[in-house]
Amino acid sequence: MTPESAAAPEVAVAEDPIKVQNARVLALLHQLFGEDTFTDVEEQYGLLSVTTTRERIHGVIAGLQQDQEIKLNFLTTMCGINYPENEGKELGMIYHLHSLTQNIRLRLKIFFPVADPVVPTLSNLYAAANWMEREAYDFYGVIFTGHPNLIRILNVEDMDYHPMRKQYPLEDGTREDKTDLFFGR
Amino acid sequence: MAVNDTLEGTRKITKEAAAQRDGQLMPLLNDFSQELTTLNLGPTHPATHGIFQNILQMDGERIISGVPTIGYIHRAFEKIAERRPFYQITTLTDRMNYCSSPINNLGWHMTVEKLLGVTVPKRAQYIRVIMMELARITDHLICNSILGVDTGAFTGFLYLFQEREKVYEIYEEVCGARLTTNMGRVGGMERDLSPAAIAKLRAWLKSFPVVMKEFESMFNRNRIFMDRVVNVGPISAEKALNYGFTGPNLRAAGVDYDVRAMNPYSSYEDFEFDIPVGTNGDTYDRFIVRNEEIWQSLRIINQALDNLPEGPYHADAPHYYLPDKPDVYKNMEALIYHFKIVMGEIDAPVGEVYHSVEGGNGELGFYLVSDGGRTPYRLHFRRPCFIYYQAYPEMAVGTTLSDAIVILSSMNVIAGELDA
Repeated sequence: MTPESAAAPEVAVAEDPIKVQNARVLALLHQLFGEDTFTDVEEQYGLLSVTTTRERIHGVIAGLQQDQEIKLNFLTTMCGINYPENEGKELGMIYHLHSLTQNIRLRLKIFFPVADPVVPTLSNLYAAANWMEREAYDFYGVIFTGHPNLIRILNVEDMDYHPMRKQYPLEDGTREDKTDLFFGR
Repeated sequence: MAVNDTLEGTRKITKEAAAQRDGQLMPLLNDFSQELTTLNLGPTHPATHGIFQNILQMDGERIISGVPTIGYIHRAFEKIAERRPFYQITTLTDRMNYCSSPINNLGWHMTVEKLLGVTVPKRAQYIRVIMMELARITDHLICNSILGVDTGAFTGFLYLFQEREKVYEIYEEVCGARLTTNMGRVGGMERDLSPAAIAKLRAWLKSFPVVMKEFESMFNRNRIFMDRVVNVGPISAEKALNYGFTGPNLRAAGVDYDVRAMNPYSSYEDFEFDIPVGTNGDTYDRFIVRNEEIWQSLRIINQALDNLPEGPYHADAPHYYLPDKPDVYKNMEALIYHFKIVMGEIDAPVGEVYHSVEGGNGELGFYLVSDGGRTPYRLHFRRPCFIYYQAYPEMAVGTTLSDAIVILSSMNVIAGELDA
């Protein structure tokens, strides 16, 4: 990374009102679910981001949906992510919640081993979660327990791998005319 | 939860559909369950406006259950994006909602700018607003005029497409392309608004409202049209929120959520505009909300054009913004930056950013995870119609086939965005 680009994010750090709001949300999260539920609290580009565990994610999102003070009851999106080098935490799910009445966004993350990619479904809380979870299953092979119809959604049904995992390179690995020496990943 | 929304239900319906196609399934006497007809709506059906399939179980003319099958034009954009430098991803976003590609392009640029910490000058922001609102108008025009076609009124469609063509000519002046625009660059626009573009825009701003008024007078209180769309496919606000609706479909249900107003980007806070909302969330409300949004977009374009600030049309960010081509031939620094940008030797900062813009049919979000390389580590598109299309079976069940077509077309599902 160049020194110039390293300095760049400093400019985009949010001003005070957003920090105050995020502190309030974090305090509320701690009050509702306990301090030990959340780790890795980050505030990149003004969006509060916390990591929790897959055992707690359903309870947290259900609690936030019901909570009358913050009303984080809109599931904006969710997606999977794969960090093959993180031993025991290779796969992850990232949830974005939004409170439409107070305009607060929250990012929740969970990580779990690729050998045991089982996560509770959110489709009993949000109807919108149904296809998002099917997409995450399709792309990353995350198994959502309790999902009513966990089949592939975008790829063909008889595909036998989960293509968004990092172990499947986009380019044909047998080609020798294209090296990654100059062209990155 | 929809009737069909179980694994058994899906399998049963798809199996029956296959059996019926092969001619194996014969209706048995006295077995009423076999009297249902399975109808394949799509994948290439002229009324679905895109490649997606609905396997419908019909009892006569009434829909008992439906299974949407999507993915026919899945092109794995999220995977491809993991190998492309940021500026090459713009062409992928074009091909998502191809009825309003400038919104996708500029939304993507804004996401990258947020990651890089680049501030775009006011003039570029205003030009972007004009382009995005033009795109919104064309998007709504297509949706509403096709809804007219599906209810049997072809005239509105042909008439409005003439105006859409003029918008595409404005795009040509701004970026050189028409449908897949690849508009703008990270850091600003690729060129300034030319006098020709401004002249075309001004002429269009004069001619279009007349046509739009005629279109509205043809449809808004038309008895035949209203009989086809009023109270067809209504959805309540609670349900719409639960299904993740955004954009005009959510506003038709009565929720005034608009990203432009709630999280203003690209100087939307400078403009005065209203957010129209409906009450029932039915097909008619969706139609009227879109029509009204066209007028609001015109208001924004007029304000932006009248108050267009002077100044540069791109940020002074030589690490990310391609230098002028003549400079590249004469100027050493420009040549170096050009080489570094094109060869992808510019590294982005490590970080995660979520940015959303108000797309043609809802909140279009970009979730970008950068690990410091030249490409995103992970890029996730929040595609509005992928999320709200799941509500379609629930909205269509119990209606007739002709109503189901109208509901589908009023939801403005764009196959490219659905499948990404």
